[in-house]
Amino acid sequence: MELQRIVELVEGKIVVSGRSSPGSGVSVTSVYSTDLMSDVLHYAIRGSLLITGLNQSQVIRSAEIADIPAVLVTQDKRIDREMAELARAKDITIISTRLPMFTVCGILYEQGLRSSRE
Amino acid sequence: MSAAEPIEGCFQLMGGDFTNAGAASSELKAILAKRGVSQEVERRVAIAAFEAEMNVIIHAVAGTMHYTITSEAVKVTVTDMGPGIEDIELAMQEGYSTAPDWVREMGWGAGMGLPNIKKNADLFSIDSVVGEGTTLEITIHIKDRPC
Repeated sequence: MELQRIVELVEGKIVVSGRSSPGSGVSVTSVYSTDLMSDVLHYAIRGSLLITGLNQSQVIRSAEIADIPAVLVTQDKRIDREMAELARAKDITIISTRLPMFTVCGILYEQGLRSSRE
Repeated sequence: MSAAEPIEGCFQLMGGDFTNAGAASSELKAILAKRGVSQEVERRVAIAAFEAEMNVIIHAVAGTMHYTITSEAVKVTVTDMGPGIEDIELAMQEGYSTAPDWVREMGWGAGMGLPNIKKNADLFSIDSVVGEGTTLEITIHIKDRPC
């Protein structure tokens, strides 16, 4: 699913536009949802979307290391400058939504996206 | 075609420095990408190195990450001046962690670090002395040795 479609579905906004930015045509094939960074490194597959409630630079580091092109931060968590600058430096897209994680996951599941780990 | 020359290097790691946590592993990942190893090898090394780096940041005063890249393998050795691990067998179990709550609030300390390293490594050894520190040796093969 293209990121632009995901932004629309979750009523989100782009905070940082990386190489996978909406409009670039980049798609994600699966989703992984967690606040635990070791779980990201263990279970998330290359090219998936990370949904998290955590607004820390560690999220971007984990995404970079695990080859995850885009991060969706839920519940309007504030993205501070440090996190945004790292995302820009590492070319990772950050999408923000006011919706809670469960709702976001439900919407994307209903539209056919599946977890990196079933 | 001749094999690429081996390269090696070292990063200094500072305990508690969460601002730069992961920077060494990120740089190592970039070095591997430039070197032209497969994306799979690059990712496995990066994940194992990142988990080891985080362990130093979380638990130790300081440490080093040394890497050697040959045409056959990537070897990463992470040595720290930390508290050491009392029970390595326990520490290797998924879900076991001694990290404090504030580290867990940053998304770490779920007890998956060492298991994650072992999962991604072809060879993995851990040597720890309580009160002195811990050394991890991680080897990931770039290609199978010729028969």
